[in-house]
Amino acid sequence: MFGLLGLVVRRDLVLAMRRRADVLTTLIFFIMVVSLFPLGVGPEPEMLRKMAPGVVWVAALLSSMLSLGRMFSADYQDGTLEQMLLVPQSLSVLVLGKILAHWMVSGLPLVLMAPVLGLQFDMTAQALGVLVLGLLLGTPILSMIGAVGAALTLGLRGGGVLVSLLVLPLCIPVLIFGSGAVEAAISGMNYASHLALLAAILLLALVFTPWVTAQALRISME
Amino acid sequence: MLAINWFKYSAPTTFYGLAGRLVPWFAGASVILFVAGLYIGFFVAPTDAVQSEAYRIMFIHVPASILSMFIYLVMAGYAALGLIFNTRLSSMMATALAPTGALFTFIALWSGALWGKPMWGAWWVWDARLTSELILLFLYLGFISLHASIDDPRRADRAAALLAIVGSVNVPIIYFSVKWWNTLHQGATIKFSGTSMHVAMQQALFTMLLACWAYAVAMALLRVRSIILERERTTQWVQDLPEVRS
Repeated sequence: MFGLLGLVVRRDLVLAMRRRADVLTTLIFFIMVVSLFPLGVGPEPEMLRKMAPGVVWVAALLSSMLSLGRMFSADYQDGTLEQMLLVPQSLSVLVLGKILAHWMVSGLPLVLMAPVLGLQFDMTAQALGVLVLGLLLGTPILSMIGAVGAALTLGLRGGGVLVSLLVLPLCIPVLIFGSGAVEAAISGMNYASHLALLAAILLLALVFTPWVTAQALRISME
Repeated sequence: MLAINWFKYSAPTTFYGLAGRLVPWFAGASVILFVAGLYIGFFVAPTDAVQSEAYRIMFIHVPASILSMFIYLVMAGYAALGLIFNTRLSSMMATALAPTGALFTFIALWSGALWGKPMWGAWWVWDARLTSELILLFLYLGFISLHASIDDPRRADRAAALLAIVGSVNVPIIYFSVKWWNTLHQGATIKFSGTSMHVAMQQALFTMLLACWAYAVAMALLRVRSIILERERTTQWVQDLPEVRS
């Protein structure tokens, strides 16, 4: 099982590395959106510090939407996905591998970039730590929920906009708890509960979403 | 032993006629109950001690909110039936329920805003229950638009069903949000253990709830008849229907 998982992850990472521009666009979009806010609302450090967690989280949510279309579409177009549905091993494990690879390519860079952007907003070291921890727990959830949406809209016209409409409402709890943790840390309250809830959502998503995504792929491919 | 065919009305062919016979009953009941409920609500129920006259918005707000969640669960249930047993009619019912559910969600949000302005001094607050009800509206819209953007009706049914089932995790969150988070939106006044509400207010509330329910059933049946006609338009029995031939 883990052999298959590793194989799929390695394959998708190699494919992503062959098309590095795609990976970079997500990251650049994230940086741009975050950097646009101080220009839009004015550079008062007091207000920026207050806004920072929400801005970074919303930007992460939007940029994770951007790359969802790529999760299955290339495999769908060249017929690889059809072959994947035929393998005797569990499709859920295969899908989990693709989700993991997708997160490493589009989620992990955001997590690593977030502290630098947080500095633009004059966040404290402790708040930055909580932000990174929250993103580390939260961005895999975004990839997993996104996978369900991506599988449901596979091969549809206008699928890119539709997938945001389907996935964004389901991602709102992640946004609330993720930015809530940072806000709690800034105002000196206990932030562990927010992170614990994020971790709980992550575990639930880890159990259910690969299977749901596999079902959605079967529906889309028949 | 008398053999009852439990699955007789699970075929669109037979259900089409049954739905046609049921629609006038539910529609009529809904009109009568609406008139009765509004009469009790406006003329019999006393003025509230704290909220004065504005509390009467709850006679539409509460039934609409309850139904917005209830219809979603029924819709997800039908969708799951359609997905598991591959029954066409269940998926059609799920599709037929979605617009009515979205309408009630919208009414709940809108009437809540009208109530919130005099009571809280704001049209909208980012309270847990309001936010989760808004997410419910987005889920309905997502269901409708996913279904609309897939051309093959069977694939549309199954894909939308999966989305409806995934989205149903939101319903308990809405329901318990006033308990889990200590928010501005008030908790439930009517509980199984009894209530502190005036009898006339309760009567108005329950009458309006039944009225909204009957309306939802009538609308869903009416819509499912159209969906059946649309999907089965190539079949002989639809061609033979008097309303189609004329």
